[in-house]
Amino acid sequence: MYAQMVDTGVAKVRDVAEMTQEERAFQDRIDADVKVEPKDWMPDAYRRTLIRQIQQHAHSEIVGMLPEGNWITRAPSLQRKATLMAKVQDEGGHGLYLYCAAETLGVSRDAMVADLHAGKVKYSSIFNYPTLTWADIGTIGWLVDGAAIMNQIPLCRCSFGPYARAMIRVCKEESFHQRQGYDIMLALCRGTPEQKVMAQDALNRWWWPSLMMFGPPDAASVHSAQSARWKIKLLSNDELRQRFVDQTVPQADYLGLKVPDDRLAWSAERGHYDFGEIDWQEFHEVIKGNGPCNRERMQTRIKAWEDGAWVREAALAHAEKHAARERQAA
Amino acid sequence: MSSEWPLWEIFIRSQHGLAHKHVGSLHAVDAQMAIRNARDVYTRRNEGISIWVARSADIHASSPGDKEALFEPSNDKVYRHPTFFPMPDDVKHI
Repeated sequence: MYAQMVDTGVAKVRDVAEMTQEERAFQDRIDADVKVEPKDWMPDAYRRTLIRQIQQHAHSEIVGMLPEGNWITRAPSLQRKATLMAKVQDEGGHGLYLYCAAETLGVSRDAMVADLHAGKVKYSSIFNYPTLTWADIGTIGWLVDGAAIMNQIPLCRCSFGPYARAMIRVCKEESFHQRQGYDIMLALCRGTPEQKVMAQDALNRWWWPSLMMFGPPDAASVHSAQSARWKIKLLSNDELRQRFVDQTVPQADYLGLKVPDDRLAWSAERGHYDFGEIDWQEFHEVIKGNGPCNRERMQTRIKAWEDGAWVREAALAHAEKHAARERQAA
Repeated sequence: MSSEWPLWEIFIRSQHGLAHKHVGSLHAVDAQMAIRNARDVYTRRNEGISIWVARSADIHASSPGDKEALFEPSNDKVYRHPTFFPMPDDVKHI
């Protein structure tokens, strides 16, 4: 998802007998759905895992502004342009809510940015794909934001208070993102044959990467099990992926688009859509940094950070000078 | 130079006559910038009509360890709630 394959740093899930008294009390509170707040005692592994997870989530929001920002100057109408700017601004806002939530755990903003730029912390694989046509902007809103909502709604109930509260704000805003995307797709699919072809092409390219957003299959992931225990992951990767497919296929049908999966079929027996194999090798390559746009995304982020350094320094110096003057006058 | 901008806590008062409510935090060099940034980060959809900002460093909080000492004494004082006093059904407007 926006936070994929978060390392919990544990080799296996500890059972009650192996826990210290403090850890047991902590787990009891989580089991009773009591929220953990920043100043409460928490196991180091819980703190470290959450820092990684929230940080990855925040970086994804920020890097996620790049593929869409690519189309702001080329949006087909003033209304589409204003809408896209508002959407991209929201993504920036979501990144900021999340950085703040991570900071309550004792990590600094600069340290998180440094970790991203050094490649120590990832962001979602999905943002390493290019946005080649205007239909990609529609598809991202529809599929990528749709997948994000699927993941983020359960996180509104996660055990860490500041993260849960940030997710509530994010979810309130995210539904606009998905709808504006679907609205773009509707316009294209009701348009000329060329526009419809463009919409189909975008779906063909984004479908599988969107399914990969939910992360690797559940089978034997110790990190997922520990995160579930701590209630910082509420539904499994496969469960969320299935929900996403079930929800999205009828929406594609309505548009008159074909999902690029020959094995996609409704299973009356399971009450779900069956779907084909995901190319996990591609996923791991993208995660490792070998996706179509990994290098470009990182270069753009690092350049923005470095080019902005003098502004950050000057603003701080200016504020300090003013504060000193006020002290003198007092 | 890598000196981080100070952190500010942001409080927003919504339109419905409620008190200012904590909504999150952000980095800014001074109070004026904190208010401007809070406008963009926390009120993009008419969430409020007033913003308070306070440096996070200036906020003092009770400690989770003091929770029992601070809040338990009120647990056994149920007579502070009106429901402690049952009223006869025939008595109205009370």
